[in-house]
Amino acid sequence: MGLLPMMNKMTPVRFLYAIPYYAWMILFVAAPIALVVYFSFLNLSGQFTLENYRSFFSPVYLKLALSSFWYAFLITLFSLVIAYPTAYFLTKTKHKQLWLLFIIIPSWINLLLKTYAFIGLMGFYGPMNAFLGLFGIGEKQILFTDFSFIFVSVYIFIPFMILPIFNSLDQLNPRLIDASRDLGASAWTTFWRVVLPLTMNGVKSGVQIVFIPALSLFMITRLIAGNKVLTLGTAIEQHFLVTQNWGMGSTLAVFLMIAMFLMMMVTRGNGKGGLFNG
Amino acid sequence: MKELLRASGVVLFISIVLLLINVKLNEGHVSSGNGSITVYNWGEYMDPDLLKQFEEETGIRVIYETFDSNEAMMAKIEQGGTSYDIAMPSEYMVEMMAEKKLLLPLDHAKLPNLKHIDADFLDLPFDPNNRYSVPYFWGTLGIAYNPTLLDGQTFESWDDLWHPSLKQQIILVDSARETLGMSLNSLGYSLNSTEAGELQEAKEKLEKLTPNVKAIIGDEVTQLMVNQEAAVAVTWSGQAADMMWENENIDYVVPKEGSNLWFDNMVIPKTATNVEGAHAFINFMLDPQAAAQNAEYVGYSTPNAAALELMDPDIAEDERFYPDESIRRQLEVYQNLGLEMLGLYNDLFLEFKIQQRE
Repeated sequence: MGLLPMMNKMTPVRFLYAIPYYAWMILFVAAPIALVVYFSFLNLSGQFTLENYRSFFSPVYLKLALSSFWYAFLITLFSLVIAYPTAYFLTKTKHKQLWLLFIIIPSWINLLLKTYAFIGLMGFYGPMNAFLGLFGIGEKQILFTDFSFIFVSVYIFIPFMILPIFNSLDQLNPRLIDASRDLGASAWTTFWRVVLPLTMNGVKSGVQIVFIPALSLFMITRLIAGNKVLTLGTAIEQHFLVTQNWGMGSTLAVFLMIAMFLMMMVTRGNGKGGLFNG
Repeated sequence: MKELLRASGVVLFISIVLLLINVKLNEGHVSSGNGSITVYNWGEYMDPDLLKQFEEETGIRVIYETFDSNEAMMAKIEQGGTSYDIAMPSEYMVEMMAEKKLLLPLDHAKLPNLKHIDADFLDLPFDPNNRYSVPYFWGTLGIAYNPTLLDGQTFESWDDLWHPSLKQQIILVDSARETLGMSLNSLGYSLNSTEAGELQEAKEKLEKLTPNVKAIIGDEVTQLMVNQEAAVAVTWSGQAADMMWENENIDYVVPKEGSNLWFDNMVIPKTATNVEGAHAFINFMLDPQAAAQNAEYVGYSTPNAAALELMDPDIAEDERFYPDESIRRQLEVYQNLGLEMLGLYNDLFLEFKIQQRE
């Protein structure tokens, strides 16, 4: 696309500065993607084949893809539903940066560690069941259910949803809200017609940051969902580590990339023409 | 800008210090030389007392390092760098490492104690004539269960897992060979089956197990069983021994239809710099007295027949870990079926996992 014309416009010095950027893009972005696409056309014995793509359209992998999408959608939805009001209240607090920090700190802790902690928390004799017991609800199987999977995933992703929404809310000029109220709009109308459209970009980046990694989650599917929830990520892991079928693993990765690209297109933050701007 | 420079300086300084520390730490065991050997073993898999004994007897110093997966161990040996003289791969990994030419052939003349190993455990398909490996410990795949959570129900057959009373109780291993293998065994087929029809049948039988399956996970199962979170688990005898060690209610059984027989083995990787010392070490570990002490410490099953005689009869006669002849004849070692077959096993396993949703 725009690579060569841009170089033409550059002075030699600026070109020199751009070298690290282009080297990075070629070595760590373009080359790996090209390799993944290349491997997706190879079979087990390294010959060129379209077999992997045909296998993808078998019921097993289609079901996997659907299930990945469904759970990524649910995780994003719940994260958004919790994150938006949270971010909203955070902007209204006195020491908002401090409160924000408290929400971000858990994301500094190793993901695996947090996941293992939930195995204990959600156990049969763990604190969550003890809490339910207080209300006379007997011990429930929490671990290895859809609920536990979505709960833990939302917990892990929520800081990434709150941050962009918080930033866009924080940058919102309060006078616009005053103006809206002065002109007779109700609180709800002000929110729906003024605040939400103006913070849509934050919502969009939040959705991207959560949906895309949620699509290829794998470790949590085993530790928290006991493989009762399956995603394409699980299958990719298997193909690379166990069956050594890099071709099929790459094919699945290609489909994930396409899905993520489409997601980026749909939620592109151009300020106008978003999903909810009527 | 000034701050940025200062920050970069600090980062650079810390990195250099860490790098130097790293180099210093590695220096100790870059080469073992004649006076020492480097042993690369699974964690908690050898009585440390024996290492001291070996050092006193031979004057060879032992540097001991541990790994937690066959694959990680092979990667480190493949990449060289550290001169491991002894490693302990599982049987399929012995085969793989031999194929990749990562192992040195053993000199049986230097291993007189090899004669103590039970003949049943020598000359197995994964290493004909024990060219590269000597069995260290062995075990089975079976059912660990907690009768106190099951109204005293016991198990003797794989088919018992399909019992309707076990709704949402069973934890399976997240591995295609193990899970399909157990289903194949329950149907009376070999767990090395390559017949598409038999495999399909095994998968369909597994699908009927779905209502009883609580989860399909990895090593986390030990903690779940110990904490009585789960009542039944399909697991390896070694893991079962760990569970039983921490929770006395748990019992283990090798189902009568047969099961998998696995081995961890002593090998000399090509990274060895003290081949003489490595042979001395293997021979020392094969000594009945040492092997018995080690088996009692680790709690896994020893292939050393002479050692078994010396051990506490309570352990040596425990049929859960030393099953009798009739069951032992039913046990099979996993054969390397090739990538094509491994792919088929995994596809069927994936189909089984995904149909749990319906």
